[in-house]
Amino acid sequence: MLSKKLLVRFATACLFVCCFVFSGQQAFAQRDKIPTDEAIIKKGEGLFKEYICNSCHAVDKKVVGPALAGIYDRREVDWILSFVKSPGKMINDGDPQAVALFKEYNQVMPNQDLSDEQILSIMAYVLHTEENPPVEAAPIATATGAEGAAQSGGVPSEYLNVIMVTLIVVLVLLLVVLVIIINFVSRYLKDKKQLSAEDEEIVNEKFSVSAFLRSPTVIGIVTFLVVTLAAKNVIDGLYTVGVQQGYAPTQPIAFSHEIHAGTYEIDCQYCHTGVEIAKSANIPSVNICMNCHSSIKTDSPEIQKLYAAQESGKPIEWVRVHNLPDLAYFNHSQHVTVGEIECQTCHGEIQEMAVVEQFAPLTMGWCIDCHRNTDVNTQGNGYYDKLVEMHNATSKTPMKVADIGGLECAKCHY
Amino acid sequence: MKENQKTYWKGIEQLTNEPSFVKNAEKEFPEYLPINENGEGSSNRRDFLKLMGFGIAAASLAACEAPVRKAIPYLNKPVDVDPSIPNYYASTYVNGGDAVSVVVKTREGRPIKIEGNKFSSMTKGGTNAQVEASVLSLYDKERLVGPKKAGSKTDWETLDKEVIAKLGEISAKGGQIRIVSNSVLSPTTKRSIAEFTANYPTAQHISYDSSSAYGISEGNRRSFGTSMVPSYDFSKAKTIVSVGADFLGTWISPIEFTKQYSQTRKISAEHREMSRHYQFESNLSLTGANADYRTGIRPSQAGPLVAAIYNGIAAKAGQAKVSGGNAGDIAHLTAAINELWTNRGAGLVVSGSNDPVVQVLVNGINAMLGNYGATINVNAPLHFRQGDDQAMSSFVKDTNAGLISAVIFFNCNPVYDSADGKALQAGLAKVSLKISTSDRMDETAALADYVAPDHHYLEQWNDVELRTGHFSLVQPTIAPLFDTRQVPETFLKWSGKTVEYYTYLQDNWRENFFTKQTDTSNFQTFWDKTLFDGVFETGGNSQAYTFDFSAVPAAATSIAQNYKSNGTGLELALYEKVTMGNGSMANNPWLQEASDPITKTTWDNYLTVSQAQAEEWGIKMDDGTTEKVTLSVGNTSVSLPVLIQPGQAAGTVGLALGYGRTSAGRVGNEVGVNAYPFITKLNGANVYDVFAGVTVEKTGESYRIAQTQTHQTYMGRANVIQESTLGEYKKDTKAGREYPLIYKEGEYIKPSKITLWKGHEYNNHHWGLAIDMNSCTGCAACTVACQAENNIPVVGKEEVLNRREMAWIRIDRYYSSDAPVDDLKALEKASENPEVTFQPMMCQHCNNAPCETVCPVAATTHSSEGLNQMTYNRCIGTRYCANNCPYKVRRFNWFKYHDNTQFDKNLSMNNDLGKMVLNPDVTVRARGVMEKCSMCVQRIQAGKLAAKREDRRPKDGDINMACASACPADAIIFGDLNDKNSRISQVLKIQEKEDGQGATERVVEEDRAYHVLEEINVNPNVWYFTKIRNKEKQSTEA
Repeated sequence: MLSKKLLVRFATACLFVCCFVFSGQQAFAQRDKIPTDEAIIKKGEGLFKEYICNSCHAVDKKVVGPALAGIYDRREVDWILSFVKSPGKMINDGDPQAVALFKEYNQVMPNQDLSDEQILSIMAYVLHTEENPPVEAAPIATATGAEGAAQSGGVPSEYLNVIMVTLIVVLVLLLVVLVIIINFVSRYLKDKKQLSAEDEEIVNEKFSVSAFLRSPTVIGIVTFLVVTLAAKNVIDGLYTVGVQQGYAPTQPIAFSHEIHAGTYEIDCQYCHTGVEIAKSANIPSVNICMNCHSSIKTDSPEIQKLYAAQESGKPIEWVRVHNLPDLAYFNHSQHVTVGEIECQTCHGEIQEMAVVEQFAPLTMGWCIDCHRNTDVNTQGNGYYDKLVEMHNATSKTPMKVADIGGLECAKCHY
Repeated sequence: MKENQKTYWKGIEQLTNEPSFVKNAEKEFPEYLPINENGEGSSNRRDFLKLMGFGIAAASLAACEAPVRKAIPYLNKPVDVDPSIPNYYASTYVNGGDAVSVVVKTREGRPIKIEGNKFSSMTKGGTNAQVEASVLSLYDKERLVGPKKAGSKTDWETLDKEVIAKLGEISAKGGQIRIVSNSVLSPTTKRSIAEFTANYPTAQHISYDSSSAYGISEGNRRSFGTSMVPSYDFSKAKTIVSVGADFLGTWISPIEFTKQYSQTRKISAEHREMSRHYQFESNLSLTGANADYRTGIRPSQAGPLVAAIYNGIAAKAGQAKVSGGNAGDIAHLTAAINELWTNRGAGLVVSGSNDPVVQVLVNGINAMLGNYGATINVNAPLHFRQGDDQAMSSFVKDTNAGLISAVIFFNCNPVYDSADGKALQAGLAKVSLKISTSDRMDETAALADYVAPDHHYLEQWNDVELRTGHFSLVQPTIAPLFDTRQVPETFLKWSGKTVEYYTYLQDNWRENFFTKQTDTSNFQTFWDKTLFDGVFETGGNSQAYTFDFSAVPAAATSIAQNYKSNGTGLELALYEKVTMGNGSMANNPWLQEASDPITKTTWDNYLTVSQAQAEEWGIKMDDGTTEKVTLSVGNTSVSLPVLIQPGQAAGTVGLALGYGRTSAGRVGNEVGVNAYPFITKLNGANVYDVFAGVTVEKTGESYRIAQTQTHQTYMGRANVIQESTLGEYKKDTKAGREYPLIYKEGEYIKPSKITLWKGHEYNNHHWGLAIDMNSCTGCAACTVACQAENNIPVVGKEEVLNRREMAWIRIDRYYSSDAPVDDLKALEKASENPEVTFQPMMCQHCNNAPCETVCPVAATTHSSEGLNQMTYNRCIGTRYCANNCPYKVRRFNWFKYHDNTQFDKNLSMNNDLGKMVLNPDVTVRARGVMEKCSMCVQRIQAGKLAAKREDRRPKDGDINMACASACPADAIIFGDLNDKNSRISQVLKIQEKEDGQGATERVVEEDRAYHVLEEINVNPNVWYFTKIRNKEKQSTEA
């Protein structure tokens, strides 16, 4: 009996294992369909961001939509291909898996205009990320490399404060010790009573605080210090007139770059469409917001403001953060496309800002400094070939913006 | 080198050396500074303290918190509009009977600049002052904002209902309906008019033109049997004879003709040929100023002169002579006849006369010379002037006789600009239904019962047939600003059709023009291509025309009867100004302030008289101050100032049309006097000359004309204009060149050998300009183009009088004569008919710039690309730079011209609507700063950036200055002197040469190229090419 029971159990277990192994084999077969080519993974990563998949999906965790890791184990590749292209249709057509997803997440993913090949490359990226999870840490972003380097090169500021305080304490202690010594010595000398008249005068001298304070030297020094400090403050103050560094006005919609650019890593260019082609980066129009928010977070009161704008036909009146004076001409595409400057260089860690603030002072001195210190991005740009050649003929340092007229008035003022 | 014997002078004042001229010549700014004219006395110390105290308080308050500025994006961004990226649309400028294919630059959906369309085989990218200025008229706040009924606001529904009811009623009763318009160039609009006339059988369409060419079309009817204005090709003409036709300025299709003409004036060492141009005229016109030989004639001599040419040619051709009156002894006439005969089939005779019989003889001359088929094409007639003067006259008579029940004035203003304006005004009282489609309450619309305002041309869909088989599309570049409606749509609506005009237009094209091409079988492809190109050509008709000589003898007899010049009495010649035209754009301040190319006058018209005539009347003109006179012909008389005009034919006076508007708007009203009532009738046509009965009486009243002419002189320095004759040039390409030498240590050396400056190195670009004074006709298109591109303010007449005009580019007009300076008698004789030279003058971007040296705050500096940069935000207004500029091209902002009610005529900066025309890439300058030509640095920067984004060098032609791109004569060439393949490097023949110290130097090898004021060695980046006249010898008498 026992053996029979055992046999049955064993058989069941075997069946289970077999099933498991079999299904596992099937899953690995799917996995094999995913390309592992380096270039394709790279392309997939680009598409993942370009099509802002990352606003709803992450590889390793559930966000708005399911985590993508292991998707090739869970679903047929063909199913994935058709679902990504038109999820709504599959739900309507009653595909059981699609309907189950809809029930679980209560949202329909927007149709994606992607080719089979593109979807496969995105899966390649997902697979790659799953197999090689990104290493945490390395918090110093490349964009702020220069700043970070500057900080790590010197002594950190908190240590500096500790050192300063310690020094002051030591100095005060020293002073106290000195005063004690003086008292001790003068008392000792008084007790001796064998002093000459001159020495006695010195020993008996009383220190008068008021006389000290009234002495011309003290008054002179104090007046000088007060005047100098006041003047410095006034001058510093005047220099900041019109400089709005740190300006972080409240916006009509509490839009957070931290969520969009930080958490979901949406490319800046997705919303700021002009940044690579035009003078203005462009504040996104409502229709760009609606690309995602027609189906994401639709009941948030902030998002409701978008719908209200769309309905009333009145555009959203954002408060301008960066107010460059009209007399200065600044072109984003020159810096972003030609110069390949990171957005963060001028806008700070925008991906960490819940409320955008003006990071750079936007003064002319700040512009000029950068033009003096920045190497021209000449790599592969035929415009600069001859200039680089001529520059290298006479100089050993790399060509700076200032070397090719970057400090001239009519580059920005006309 | 031969010394230049000529004397150059900018005006009579300089010629006669008036004391006031001598005094002012040395001062750039007048002594008085009437800034406080309005206040009582000057402000005192206490005011100053109060203001200062308030100022400090205000400044510190303002500094506390920056104002909150909004950034408002689109709600739904249109796909093809990206903020800060301009879009360009091909369209067509249409104004009355004028049309030009253009490209409209828009920014964020606002048209801001008009450029010529290079795809047009007629104008080939050229524009003129009016085309350039037309974009400002779009933003004129005096345009009607919606339909009007009896002067008060109404809506379209009401208007349509009432008008249809009234038209139906009139039509049912058999009452006469007339549509009156200027030449209608749009075939689809004509079709809509046909729908209207089919619906109302008593309706007729009458067209007239304020500057009529009825004489030509009627003359051609008599010569060829078809009414038409043929097309001309000046580019094929070796000999051009014009009797009073200002074909470079105002005659029929001046941009096209300038393009063609300038081709025949371009010469080089390899091509030492150019056309020869004879001009016979009364007023000194732009065309006359460019002629090689110009002869002043009385208007009454024009007919007999044409007859004399006819007879001269007939004698050579063996044709019968005619008796066309006696022209008298006319200089250069025989030479002109002989040359025309030598260049048979490669000559062109044109006449500006509107008398059909004169045109019959002109046709006869061209027929005998075999010019038809060569320089004149009757198979592709121009459509610009289809007006019928006789039909218009009888319409006016009919209104007065009470025979007309309803009239629709379709975009025209005949009460102001027709020959019978007064009679029409009286007659209209008897017309029961008067409708106007004007864009503003003009002189005619004010009398109308209903006004159904039309769109501006930049707001509408339409088509234009410029000449037979040459079409150009009009496409909207902005949604209609106001509640206006396109006139053809209005016609369709009133004919009971509800079709949208855009559909109607496309249908018409599908039916009639799509079928005429074989490139594509898909209409949408055809339509998109045509819309992109802007132009579509099917070619002219193939009808065979033969010249009918039978009309000639009768024509000659008519001339003999009507043109009886006895050489006494005063004759009046009416003309149009190149800038203002017929006055329909009088409310455009850019045109009002554009300096007339000949008289250098702004904001006025005046009686042009010769020096001898003025002396006879005892009138002197001194720094714009002149006297007013009363001009009378019959019952018509006006009081107007006199302007002494060198080159004005003896016994004639001239007066410009297009002024004296009363209902144009705040800018155009009461500027000058209306000359249209002086138009006379001859052989059924409007004639713009008055042969007899002209009287002028002095009033003794003093008047100041705002001229830009005598300002900014060169104080007698030579070498500004360098010129020669073709004969000399053929022998030596250095002909006319002056090579100044400087004395140094016992020898004479080139000025460039001594220098205080270190020079500049140009590794990247080296921008420069080459200006061909032989091609430049002085038409002023560049000055208005510059005004539009660079946000240049309009300062008004008062400030022009104070010599404070702001134009960055001016066209210096020099008169010259070969008499020595000390011989006053000879000089005065020379002023009877001087030679004229035009020299566009803008910042010369000197490599050794005197302005840069003296600026105390380094607000004007040199760039590494050869530009002289002006930094407004750094300028503190010392004006040292202007004082030190040898070319006097710097302009000072004496006032705040924007948002200032005292400068309300500066429409582009003083109201929200007008401001839409401003170029967002160019700063609007503040009070107290200097400004000047920047070589369109915004365009240079944009062009460079576009190239950088595509990882390449900019190609020649990618970047062009506004003036160069507007120029219909291609006289201005902009480019990179460092680029061997650029056009400018090639015309200047730039060669790399060893400088003797191992380095290479770039040297300009072109013999004609020179620097103005080379002797001071400021080394400009602007080169001028010598003026070469096609004359036998260098003399005014030759």
